[in-house]
Amino acid sequence: MSLFNVFDIASSAMAAQSQRLNVVASNLSNADSATSSNGQPYRARQVVFATADVSAQGASGVKVAGVTEDQSPMKKIYEPKHPLADKEGYVTMPNVNVVEEMVNMISASRSYQNSVDMMNTAKTLLLKTLTLGQ
Amino acid sequence: MISKLDETLNFHHQALNLRTQRQQILAGNIANADVPQFKARDIDFSKALKAAQSQGAGSTALNVTSPRHLLPAAGGSAGADLLYRLPHQDSVDGNTVDMDVERAQFADNAIHVEANLTFLNSQLKAMLAAIQG
Repeated sequence: MSLFNVFDIASSAMAAQSQRLNVVASNLSNADSATSSNGQPYRARQVVFATADVSAQGASGVKVAGVTEDQSPMKKIYEPKHPLADKEGYVTMPNVNVVEEMVNMISASRSYQNSVDMMNTAKTLLLKTLTLGQ
Repeated sequence: MISKLDETLNFHHQALNLRTQRQQILAGNIANADVPQFKARDIDFSKALKAAQSQGAGSTALNVTSPRHLLPAAGGSAGADLLYRLPHQDSVDGNTVDMDVERAQFADNAIHVEANLTFLNSQLKAMLAAIQG
């Protein structure tokens, strides 16, 4: 019964989107972290989605192929009194784009909702199938 | 009589099989809405159903009198042709999933599955009524 595969597909999408949401949360909360565990300013992270085969019938789920660090240039702010300021008085701040992250968050949340809806539909259909002949 | 029973239920059986397969494909499209370069897939339902019907109508095996006779390809009866959806608008990341279209098709297909189940149920009820009198 291929309807059960809808559950696999939807749950793979939900797992991927929640990891994306996780990364967004990490980026937003570290938007002002001038230093991190490795001594360098925090770099924004992005998830990379890829298609993952779930069944032989052509349908496919999603997986997170990896989490990459954003290589765009870091922000520099002029703050001579900051303990991490360099000789010219500039502090290197994370390259997190807050607006981008908010958009990412809304997109991930909508995709998650779509997956939940899909799962509910599949569940309704399967329950209806169970009542066949009664 | 048994073969007649099978014939009665066969149409809805085939249709339901294809409908659930399509449901799965559409679920895959919605799940991959954020994957770059993903191409949305779908099947032509009426064509696939016709193909399944013509395959299921004949007897299950061919009579072969020579080893050089050709046999039909084994298996793959449920496999409908997977097509690519034509996007209304291009996207920057090469993804062709249009969420509105996919959601509409998903809901449409779900209603068709429900209708199929309802028809199947009423057929079973009619047969049960005939048995029990």
